[in-house]
Amino acid sequence: MADTIKLEVSRYSPETDAAPHFQSFEVPYRKDWVVLDALNYIKDKQDGSLTYRWSCRMGICGSCGMLVNGEPKLTCATFLADYAPAPVRVEPLRNFPVVRDLVIAMNDFMRKLQKMKPWLIRKEEKPVSEGEYLQSPAQLEAFKQYSMCINCMLCYAACPVYGLDPLFSGPAAIALAQRYNLDSRDQGAKDRFPVLSQHDSIWGCTFVGECTRVCPKHVDPAGAIQQYKLTAALDWVKSVVMPWGGK
Amino acid sequence: MKFAAATPPYTLNHPRWYRKRVSTYWWLQRREYLRFVLREISSVFIAIFVVELLFQIYALSRGPEAYVAFLNFLKNPFVIALNIISFFFVVFHSITWFNLSARAMTIRVGGKKVPGFMISGPNFVAWFVISAAIAWLLLRA
Amino acid sequence: MDAQPTKLRIEPLLWILFSAGGVVAAFLIPIHLLILGVAIPLNLLQATEYSSAIDMLKFPLVRLYLFVLCSVPLFHAAHRIRYTLYDGLQIKHLNEVIAAACYGGAVIGTVVAGYLLWSFQ
Repeated sequence: MADTIKLEVSRYSPETDAAPHFQSFEVPYRKDWVVLDALNYIKDKQDGSLTYRWSCRMGICGSCGMLVNGEPKLTCATFLADYAPAPVRVEPLRNFPVVRDLVIAMNDFMRKLQKMKPWLIRKEEKPVSEGEYLQSPAQLEAFKQYSMCINCMLCYAACPVYGLDPLFSGPAAIALAQRYNLDSRDQGAKDRFPVLSQHDSIWGCTFVGECTRVCPKHVDPAGAIQQYKLTAALDWVKSVVMPWGGK
Repeated sequence: MKFAAATPPYTLNHPRWYRKRVSTYWWLQRREYLRFVLREISSVFIAIFVVELLFQIYALSRGPEAYVAFLNFLKNPFVIALNIISFFFVVFHSITWFNLSARAMTIRVGGKKVPGFMISGPNFVAWFVISAAIAWLLLRA
Repeated sequence: MDAQPTKLRIEPLLWILFSAGGVVAAFLIPIHLLILGVAIPLNLLQATEYSSAIDMLKFPLVRLYLFVLCSVPLFHAAHRIRYTLYDGLQIKHLNEVIAAACYGGAVIGTVVAGYLLWSFQ
């Protein structure tokens, strides 16, 4: 078993480069190392200018998303042992502008999350004296899966529709909207509907399903989107069959 | 980083950010994307079958000679090849469709989510049963 | 703040047609194609006699079945082809033309099927 492994890391310096290029590094191969460990080793010992995001190193902060051999992954959860002895190619997330090396600009993503009104909307707040909003385990189950999103953007890197249409809301944003729509404490589904039922929102999704496959938290955004398509379609049928509307 | 006051129609542009243009052949670059595009292309073969069916009905309405001419047309080797390829694509559509619809539905029984294969499984069974029924109806004539 | 988006009317209907067409196509088309397009031309099965086919077509239910089999899958195909052209070939500037051609084709096919089956014999 070799004791080093080669990493091909995408480098891009906006001051000097017109486009990203790959730079190879030999790092020690340890069976328990993840790609993030290798990147940290490179930055500590070989090239301090390597720039990348990371934080918790345990798969919960969502900072360290990158492409490993073309596949969107959390580098803190991707073991070198799964690729050894072949070289490992590390690139910034697909479909996002590259700011430097492995860092991408996430402004668009943050804006789309905000568009979904990701907060509990109520017609009237309950006064504190009336106590908390109670929720049964079944009511929690209805939306819990969609609340597990760590905003790592792997789904956006996997989604070909987002790559082709930058206006597309994207998997995480729609899943986030569903997290609130399905929350029994929320009364804002009607407020989110005009944002969701658009060409560049749910109707732009063609159910490729890649987003669900790469999600490290098993949020299943593709399922959330298809379910909302059904909700929106039934809502449309109701509005046509009963135009006087029973709101 | 300055955020524009009004929401921009596209993502913010920064002259030093690198934006890769999506290649026209993006769907060839990963196996999963190719599988997706093949799934979508199966709809072309569905349309081809409908056109064939319409021609059959039209031939039947024109009389027995037209019907025989249509059947002979189907015997053309190119048409048989096309139909065999169509058959594989149409079956691919069915398989992917039943798997997809299982993932698109959340059915809860007693508070627990029903696993996907329990939704797609009955669909596959129904598919075989319905196909057998249609075959029996068509062939006993 | 984003301008209030206009309420979409047509997309939900198109999606419903797409889904219905997908279901019809998934359950029914493989066996019909296998029999009509593969088994009969390869002489694995005997083709339906002309007179038997005409007899079957006397039933309104058979005509309705064939109409559904022809029309709804066409809308399914139109919807998918439209999105594949839009995404796959990235010809967004032709968006309206593509949509009109795809759904227009489906409408034409539906009208043809309806006319043929309604006015049979």
